[in-house]
Amino acid sequence: MHLLPVGRNAVLVEVASPAEAVSLATWARDRSLAVDVVPGARTVLLDGVVDADGVAGVLATWRPSAVEPGPLVEIPVTYDGPDLEDVASRWGCDVDGVVARHVATEFTAAFCGFSPGFAYLAGLDVEVPRLDTPRTRVPAGSVALAERWCGVYPTATPGGWRVIGRTQARLWDARREPPALLAPGTRVRFVAG
Amino acid sequence: MSLEVVAVGPSVLVQDRGRPGWAHLGVPRSGALDGPAAALANRLVGNAPDDACLEVLLGGLALTSDEGVWVAVTGARGALEVDGRPAGFGEAARLTPGSVLRLGRPETGLRSYLAVAGGIAVDPVLGSRSTDTLGRVGPPAVAVGDRLPVGRPAGPPAAVDTPRPPATGPLRVTPGPRADRVAGDALDLLCRTTYAVSPDSDRVGLRLVGDALPLAVRDELPSEGMVLGAVQVPPDGRPVVFLADHPTTGGYPVVAVVDERDLWQCAQLRPGEPVGFTRSR
Repeated sequence: MHLLPVGRNAVLVEVASPAEAVSLATWARDRSLAVDVVPGARTVLLDGVVDADGVAGVLATWRPSAVEPGPLVEIPVTYDGPDLEDVASRWGCDVDGVVARHVATEFTAAFCGFSPGFAYLAGLDVEVPRLDTPRTRVPAGSVALAERWCGVYPTATPGGWRVIGRTQARLWDARREPPALLAPGTRVRFVAG
Repeated sequence: MSLEVVAVGPSVLVQDRGRPGWAHLGVPRSGALDGPAAALANRLVGNAPDDACLEVLLGGLALTSDEGVWVAVTGARGALEVDGRPAGFGEAARLTPGSVLRLGRPETGLRSYLAVAGGIAVDPVLGSRSTDTLGRVGPPAVAVGDRLPVGRPAGPPAAVDTPRPPATGPLRVTPGPRADRVAGDALDLLCRTTYAVSPDSDRVGLRLVGDALPLAVRDELPSEGMVLGAVQVPPDGRPVVFLADHPTTGGYPVVAVVDERDLWQCAQLRPGEPVGFTRSR
């Protein structure tokens, strides 16, 4: 664990992996160490630190194994995305092979960003490059891949990830509690159907 | 009671102090860009600090009230009229039922704040009435014909409230987490350069043009959390100061952070105006 300064009221904690980031973020949130506790791919941002002088000492007591696995969410997917065949050719398999790999993977929501409720889902052990030219509009519910991440677009936005399918699941609803279906730490299984 | 919107300029948004605490779900904090000006407008009409105001970009707002109510306008100073007669800027003014308030284009600055006694009472979303222009959380932008609900006034307006105008100057910065990505001393380089405000600045960020900061490492970082006031350096080397609607995570390095006390200036700087930085003490 390595602490970096971020102005007067925040500290960025570097950790070894997305899983550690989720673990530390959950731990820090449970202890109300900051107003915003924001996991990243290899970091946790503590923004609005309550006790700036004491935070390093508290963080030193954290151990990566301290957090239980998050809840499991199943997401039904229709695998008919415009980039499905392209992903198959990059992975050296057929379309069924892409689907089989996707449904066999247990993903974990590592962090959110890009738009409200957009979770970066970790778990793939193969990569997919982003599109060279992002699409100007990706429909809500699109299930897409980029690098080793999977993501589901909560709303229609521009996007550069390769779309393999779509879901009716409602990823984001500001008036629902909790508003995001896939908060950091949530485990995710995709189901073909 | 309500305010009816008769005319709008380039942008009129409902803003309060924003919705911190949701960044981990990708929700920007949002909130009034010029916090001190919005707070003053609220105080002038007897509101609480959390009450929602209208953030008016470059004037052009006209509205009418269906009941008698106190209002106050602060921030960028534009001509203020009630029923065609000049009204005091930065002080409480009384609207009578049916009278029309007009706010003109400011000669300096960008954003004016109109507070109404009782606050703009649109439904809050995730604890705030602010419009987030990046993630589209909160109410839509204010449009002609809108009837904006107004809450119950808490008390009489402040008799007098004339705070000293905040001092303008270079933006005070402290080191950011990725200052070492700049070839050389990031803060020294930043503080030695005079930038100009780019016309594509908005509520997400104050974009700057000027000498590029030399990046020692050009690869993107794994995405990490971003703070208000972060000075982010994209591959073109031209800094962006993140404002209230900034994305919650990003992959470009943050080399410095602007002191919260100076962020109001970023709300009022016009395209082309010079911007400098200085080390915070």
